[in-house]
Amino acid sequence: MAETLHEISLTVNGVVREVKVPGRRLLSDCLRHELGLTGTHVGCEHGVCGCCTVLLDGDPVRSCLTFAVSVDGHEITTVEGLSGPDGSLSPVQRAFSECHALQCGFCTPGFLCTVTALLRDNPTPADDEVVEGISGNLCRCTGYQNIVKAVHRAAELMGDEA
Amino acid sequence: MTTKLFGEPVQRREDRRLITGQGRYLDDLGQGALAAAFVRSPHAHARIRDIDVSAALDVDGLVAIYTWEDLPERVRDPLPLLIPHPALTHGRTAYPLARDVVRHVGEPVVMVVARDRYLAEDAAGLIEVGYEFLKPVVGIEEAANGVHLVHEDVPGNVGAHLVQEVPSAQGLGAREAIDAAPHVLSFRLDFERSASMPLEGRGVYARWDADDASLRVYSSTQTSTSVRMAIAAKLALPLPSVEVIAPDVGGGFGVKIVHPWPEEVLVPWAAMLLGREVKWTEDRREHFISSAHERGQVQHVRVGFDGEGRVLGLDVTILHDHGAYTPYGIIVPIITATQLLGPYRIGAYRVEFSSIYTNTVQVTPYRGAGRPQGVFCMERTMDRIAAHLGLDRTAVRAANFIQPGEFPYDQGLIFQDGRPLIYDSGDYPESLRMLKELIGWDGFPAMKAEAAERGRRLGIGIGCYVEGTGVGPYEGGHVQVTSDGRVHVSTGLTSQGQGHETVFAQIAATELGVPLEKVSVVTGDTRRFGYAVGTFASRAAVMSGNAIALACRKVRDKALRIAAEALEADPRDLEIEDGVVRVAGHPGASIPLATVAVLSNPLRYAFDEEAQRATQFSGAASMDRPPVQEGEEPGLEGRDYYSPIRSTFASGMHAAIVETDPDTAEIHILRYAVVHDCGRLINPMIVEGQIHGGVAQGVGGALYERMVYDAHGQLLNASFMDFLMPYATEVPFIETAHLETPSPLNPLGIKGAGEAGVIPVSAVIASAIEDAEGITIERMPISPSELHELRSRTASP
Repeated sequence: MAETLHEISLTVNGVVREVKVPGRRLLSDCLRHELGLTGTHVGCEHGVCGCCTVLLDGDPVRSCLTFAVSVDGHEITTVEGLSGPDGSLSPVQRAFSECHALQCGFCTPGFLCTVTALLRDNPTPADDEVVEGISGNLCRCTGYQNIVKAVHRAAELMGDEA
Repeated sequence: MTTKLFGEPVQRREDRRLITGQGRYLDDLGQGALAAAFVRSPHAHARIRDIDVSAALDVDGLVAIYTWEDLPERVRDPLPLLIPHPALTHGRTAYPLARDVVRHVGEPVVMVVARDRYLAEDAAGLIEVGYEFLKPVVGIEEAANGVHLVHEDVPGNVGAHLVQEVPSAQGLGAREAIDAAPHVLSFRLDFERSASMPLEGRGVYARWDADDASLRVYSSTQTSTSVRMAIAAKLALPLPSVEVIAPDVGGGFGVKIVHPWPEEVLVPWAAMLLGREVKWTEDRREHFISSAHERGQVQHVRVGFDGEGRVLGLDVTILHDHGAYTPYGIIVPIITATQLLGPYRIGAYRVEFSSIYTNTVQVTPYRGAGRPQGVFCMERTMDRIAAHLGLDRTAVRAANFIQPGEFPYDQGLIFQDGRPLIYDSGDYPESLRMLKELIGWDGFPAMKAEAAERGRRLGIGIGCYVEGTGVGPYEGGHVQVTSDGRVHVSTGLTSQGQGHETVFAQIAATELGVPLEKVSVVTGDTRRFGYAVGTFASRAAVMSGNAIALACRKVRDKALRIAAEALEADPRDLEIEDGVVRVAGHPGASIPLATVAVLSNPLRYAFDEEAQRATQFSGAASMDRPPVQEGEEPGLEGRDYYSPIRSTFASGMHAAIVETDPDTAEIHILRYAVVHDCGRLINPMIVEGQIHGGVAQGVGGALYERMVYDAHGQLLNASFMDFLMPYATEVPFIETAHLETPSPLNPLGIKGAGEAGVIPVSAVIASAIEDAEGITIERMPISPSELHELRSRTASP
């Protein structure tokens, strides 16, 4: 028997997207496979690694623990939406590259979303606040040292631009 | 060389796509493809009685269900044993889908293909497999007892047994040397299982083009060339009709060097059979129970030494748990056995290992590949000797070091590449001096005493290692300069985040004298380069780096020959700077490399204005010889290979200061220092990143990560909730210093750096905890509860 589909409307990276999904479709799968936004990655599908982190109405959430139908009518920002409309990189994106805060890049979109929200709420975090702020995201490549450095650098870049 | 990019901390060229969500990982491809899912064994050891698929047949979107019985010849055969060895007398590999018997939880039994993954899993969930239980064999020593067997035809569960022995200069065997030594110690050291655990699991996506009778396969692999050959062989396709591409790969750390995985055979086979694109993406639980683990070993040490702590004889017996199958042979215990000696000159050495079957996930290399266990063995031994003699731990190490004047130093063993274990270069006393200074070794006793006065418990630890890197047999590079002045570099080995696109571009830009932005690099795509081995054993920079440099030198020579003719100059007077060939000292006499590329390819047809210069009536060609001279080829391109006589040996030393909580037994790493020597650095930023990541994995292995199997062979912690990988909160700040002793073995003087960081960490942390607690540490990892228990046991023996 074919699954019942639900019509939902999401504002993704500022664009309204209408999509029909089964009730069980995860937001991560909906973004990746229905909307083709494959920048959001899935590392564990049980909410621990943080690779799938996106911003839901501005706050970081695990898109692998969220049903797409449950966010009908909401705003979502994915890694594809962090750069400017002209393709210019955000301070967080620039800082990650500058500080070599990524290697394989698989966890990176989750970190970028997390850190974007972190610095919006706390533009000049102390070292322990940075570590605490990224402590819900796993990275298997970098050992985190350069990610911590990148968060501080991003704060600096945002300060310069403000 | 006028454009100096080698050695600079150049920003990575792969970053832009990865930070904007434009990376192309396996599951990002093939959005319309059918999805595969697998029914996997829930039992560690059982005979399959029957498989009932009837309930699954009604699932909407179901396309196909396959069991072993459905597979054709070749596809149904056991997977290859990749690295045969005479000592591996009882090597066994799995069938792509289980035939009759399953030997670990997670072994694939049925393949389902459906419209999407949700539906494929629906169908998989409805398939009933009847099992008759067999006795599971779990735990190295239980397995070694041989009471119950993993494979009926493997007596004692022993897959391999190997003894290597190096007598002393006086001709004494290790056991004789130990018996004759003034001091003798013997003890046992245990190391538990962990796993590579890349954040992207494995995955395969196959497209069969029926019109063209060709197959394109994408795999999240560390070796696309070898996957290609395996698929061509399994599917009986002509090799030129199969292409394999490793797209962006979300980490490997060893597990993805194994191939072909069952899915790498079955997914392309199903794609051909169905005439549809098929994709399989591993989920996290599958990765835990069906990929590969490493590290589990029991090691018995007997050592004889003199009053200065010099080792006169060392006898090590290793029990290695290789899980249910041996697709990767016995590389891991071979590396432990041979790399155990580290930076030391040992009087006489005997090492014996037995590689044992258990009903658990197969064991294949994980970053470090047997070295963390070996270094744990050797460094614990050094600490034991120091404690026994009442000497400083660094003094005992120094007393045993191979000296800078002793290279090349032959350890008298056969290494993992089948070649002699001869260290090419190094400076171990200088490394130790740098490390002691970096961590403040000599000042530590005062720091420790001061902390103790305030009720705090501190300890310092050290660990040294030597790592054979850049193993052969070879890698190649192809470099092409096109008529727009761009430089296209390709090499066959793959990338999983090491920054190869950047470092290989640095090498090419430096060798050719072109701006970095003119260079692009492709790795792991058999359409571009078909001959390669793969990325493992800290070999990519050494192997492909040198191959690309050699290919660039060919291209450079050719460019200078052509330019010399055009400029009517002697090639020896020419230099290339910023993509322009010029006569040294005569700035006016120059020709862009782009033009040289045009001239290198005699043309009949002018496809653009620039190309007119190479056509037959342009007047550029000499009438005395054919347009393409003997021994030349059209085009400004070159291909070359680097095949080393043997491995090059990087080294390093780590030290840590830890604090243990007197009440809770929590273990905190207060400082972590690394001195690292990988020869000449291509990009120090990237090397540092490799070290940071390695140390973080080492910290995981020392304090948090272990695979917990119960007596039934169930992996109890097969999720990120329960298998504790370090977050930012668990990894200390890592202080690094570099020593550069170039390798004399390769043109660039480089050694590998990929695995270094992880290798000595468990040894270092054990050493530091022992120093803090005054309790002997004999097994790693160690948790607060285990430390607490050790304290209780020591207090009331």
